[in-house]
Amino acid sequence: MGNRGRQANSKQRDPAPLNDATIARITGVPVGGNKDAKPKGKRQLARDNKKAKVDAANGKNGGRQQQQNAARKVEAASEAEEEDDVDELAPPTKKSKAANGAAAASSKPSKAQKAAKGKAPAFVKADEKMVEEEEGSDSDGWVDADDVHSEDADMWDAAELDSDDNDGMLDDEFDDLADDSDAESAAGKAMEMEFGSDSEDGEEGEEMEVERQARELDEQAEEDAQMAQEEMQTNIAQRERFTLPSGQEVDREAQLTEDVSLVQTRIQEIMRVLNNFTELREPERSRSEYVEQLIKDLANYYGYNEYLLEKLFHLFPAAEAIEFFEANEVPRPIVIRTNTLKTRRRDLAQALINRGVNLEAVGKWSKVGLQIFDSSVPIGATPEYLAGHYMLQAASSFLPVMSLAPQEHERILDMCAAPGGKTTYIAALLKNTGCLFANDANKDRLKALIANCHRLGVKNTVVSHHDGREFPHVIGGFDRVLLDAPCSGTGVISKDPSVKINKSEEDFRLLTHIQKELILAAIDSVDANSKTGGYIVYSTCSVTVEENEEVVEYALKKRPNVKLVSSGLDFGREGFTRYRGKAFHPTMSHSRRYYPHTQNMDGFYVAKLKKTSNKFPGKAAEVAAGTPDQETAAAPAGEKAKAKQTKVQAAGETQAFGFDEAEDETYIKHAEFKRLKSKGILLHPRTPEAVAKKSTTKPVLSAAEREAQMIAEKQQKRSESKAAKKAALNRLKGGEEIEVDVGDAADTSAKKPDAVAPSPAAAATPAAARTPKGKAATASVTSVSQTPKGIKSPASGGAASANGKRKRGGK
Amino acid sequence: MRPLTEEETKIFFEKLAKYIGRNIVHLIDRPDEPYCFRLQRDRVFYVSEAIMKRATSVGRDNLLTLGVCFGKFTKTLKFKLHITALEYLAQYAKYKVWVKPNGEMPFLYGNHILKAHLGRITEDTPEHQGVIIYSMADVALGFGVTARSTQDCRKLDPTTITVFHQADVGEYLRDEEHVV
Repeated sequence: MGNRGRQANSKQRDPAPLNDATIARITGVPVGGNKDAKPKGKRQLARDNKKAKVDAANGKNGGRQQQQNAARKVEAASEAEEEDDVDELAPPTKKSKAANGAAAASSKPSKAQKAAKGKAPAFVKADEKMVEEEEGSDSDGWVDADDVHSEDADMWDAAELDSDDNDGMLDDEFDDLADDSDAESAAGKAMEMEFGSDSEDGEEGEEMEVERQARELDEQAEEDAQMAQEEMQTNIAQRERFTLPSGQEVDREAQLTEDVSLVQTRIQEIMRVLNNFTELREPERSRSEYVEQLIKDLANYYGYNEYLLEKLFHLFPAAEAIEFFEANEVPRPIVIRTNTLKTRRRDLAQALINRGVNLEAVGKWSKVGLQIFDSSVPIGATPEYLAGHYMLQAASSFLPVMSLAPQEHERILDMCAAPGGKTTYIAALLKNTGCLFANDANKDRLKALIANCHRLGVKNTVVSHHDGREFPHVIGGFDRVLLDAPCSGTGVISKDPSVKINKSEEDFRLLTHIQKELILAAIDSVDANSKTGGYIVYSTCSVTVEENEEVVEYALKKRPNVKLVSSGLDFGREGFTRYRGKAFHPTMSHSRRYYPHTQNMDGFYVAKLKKTSNKFPGKAAEVAAGTPDQETAAAPAGEKAKAKQTKVQAAGETQAFGFDEAEDETYIKHAEFKRLKSKGILLHPRTPEAVAKKSTTKPVLSAAEREAQMIAEKQQKRSESKAAKKAALNRLKGGEEIEVDVGDAADTSAKKPDAVAPSPAAAATPAAARTPKGKAATASVTSVSQTPKGIKSPASGGAASANGKRKRGGK
Repeated sequence: MRPLTEEETKIFFEKLAKYIGRNIVHLIDRPDEPYCFRLQRDRVFYVSEAIMKRATSVGRDNLLTLGVCFGKFTKTLKFKLHITALEYLAQYAKYKVWVKPNGEMPFLYGNHILKAHLGRITEDTPEHQGVIIYSMADVALGFGVTARSTQDCRKLDPTTITVFHQADVGEYLRDEEHVV
């Protein structure tokens, strides 16, 4: 490249073709009256090209002349291009400009470069426009390059020289030029001014010309840069008018075409607006409308149902939310956990590498994890896998067990253990000592759990099939409990995309209810006085706040004897202490959240709780003072084991001080009354109050004495004849319901001819004999004092005899 | 969960003795902790006594596994050893067979071991003897019954069966339902 003095430092662009105005100046031919000629527009160029073709066909121009024409046209074209770009800010170009603008928004200098480079493509375009003989156009370029690159020769010089030869030709051209330049003079005043000043200044000396050209070139470059700047500004100003489509518009669009790219564009546009809301918003639209539309679009684009997407969207700032959704489309890396009961990580890694597996340690945070990049053999079927040397387990599943940190010889409970990744990890950490209870509510998944336990050589496990809420009723008093609660699975969408569409509000309600019950059961199953333990770890593979922080908050409220402690995991985001108006306990920041887009592992939540005491106010009854008489397996369960069964007794024990005798008297009496009634011994009067009242008036037999008396009389009654008894029962019904005066009873029995025909006397005597039983007094007294409640009773008594016989025996 | 009856114990130990001979004693008289065998739903479990005691609090219908399952009794009171017992069998095995790398996969698919796959075999292994099968890296793969004694094995041509397949580790994948 030729050095051009002050431009030597910067890399030289492709040389700009000559401007027509410049040519005019060089040649001294005024261009249609105004020396500051406008460069040709595209249309004019096209006409020129046609003319050149025609001329060429006519043989007017020689090869060289054609080349010069070409050069001039190219230059004009490139200038025109720039002008056009600036002038025609009509909407049609807006879209292309939008594309440019997007790129330009990133860096202004690039736009300037683009402007500069624009000349090069314009160059090429002009060539294409020119003549079909491609060689010619190429050679044009070559020729021009030659002209430019040579030390002394300039394109302008050459043009000048040649132009002298072809004045006539040029004149025609310039006449045409002049006509059109007039038309275009209206636009691009700036250029005119420039050229005007230049043309006024310069003399016609060659050196000055060259210098001037050079200067003009520089100024032009600056112009272009500035133009580009303005362009970008105007572009932005134009693009600002992103109109948020109304709901109806969107629906209409959706019905017509489900254009994914349209949705994506809209998402990006809304994101842009939200990032710079004050400037880019539409004044009459609120932020929530933008957000609402964004949520709809995201749900459409990623395939979620809107309820779930809104829930997940509000967990993050907007840009991060999109990252989260993107990350959910991509699977997480495969990770395996070395089974330290059977092998070591480096031995396993070696063995697998020999089989052709590409792997690496999963990170500094784990000593047993290996990440698989690719493998020529199926990872789940290698002989090492079958021998139980490793387990396929997601990286996030390591975390709750690492947080739990079980020690050897401890008693651990895993409440929702299937399919057994965490259980076997716990067993490996325990080194097969202690005792591990693995429980799950789903029988089919338990098979997998059992198989995994056996495959990995776990020996200290008891697998049970209970609902987790039944603990600690089944067995309690554990040192540590791991609760990996059943959850909505919003953290593992990349594994199971069906979560996107089948989770609804109802699901969340049910799940959180179960989770809350489970966490309380887990807390109650732990022995706070254990020497090494007393910890509960609650974890879910979900990222929603309802299933994580809210459940832990519930546990903290309901069980004042637990507190959150540091989870022991040194990475991951802290749990929320506040979320959309809900405030949680400040220690909630000890819990940890994991996301697919930040830690590259499944969405997860881990919280570690420590139980400080086995009692808490309001649940004193739960504290049984121990059951020393029970030497069974429940013994280690200690305080909790038979809690429910001994609740009442325990309540009695702990509150053994002070019975309120007076208060209890009525209850005791009533209970006694009921007991006797169930035996068939009805007291008269019936209610205890009446009895008490009555007892003040008459001497009362003690219950036992009364009972004995009644029994004796019952037996006496039975000894009588059965027929008479049957009839007597009919009377008795009458006698039972009413307080019968013996005399009256005899009268009444005499009054009723048919019903009570058989042996009124017999009836009377049993009645007389029976009535005393109903009364709490001496026989004679009662027989006299009893009065029938109603004469009609014997008639009804017959009907009621069946009942009476059953309930009221011998009256 | 209940202890094994006399008869059941006899049958069970006879089967075990086929593989580990007199080393059954080591299963019972362990230096660290007393272990025991318990029967739950026709399956024999080998578990430490302390754990067994705790497991009594789990209901009979809810208890699925404790410790290690050795095998199950069939309806006609024959005992079938499961692959889950491999670890203990491998520990106390008397007769062992090593398989070449090219013979690992066929065995793990459930086929018998041919002469071509046979890498090593303990000396003086009689015919129809229970053996544990290892890979060349000393990883236990399963157990079986010899078809021929060691001396006879030397003279065989490559496609004859030398060890009958009884159980292999591949069953954890092929037959997960019935493994335990």
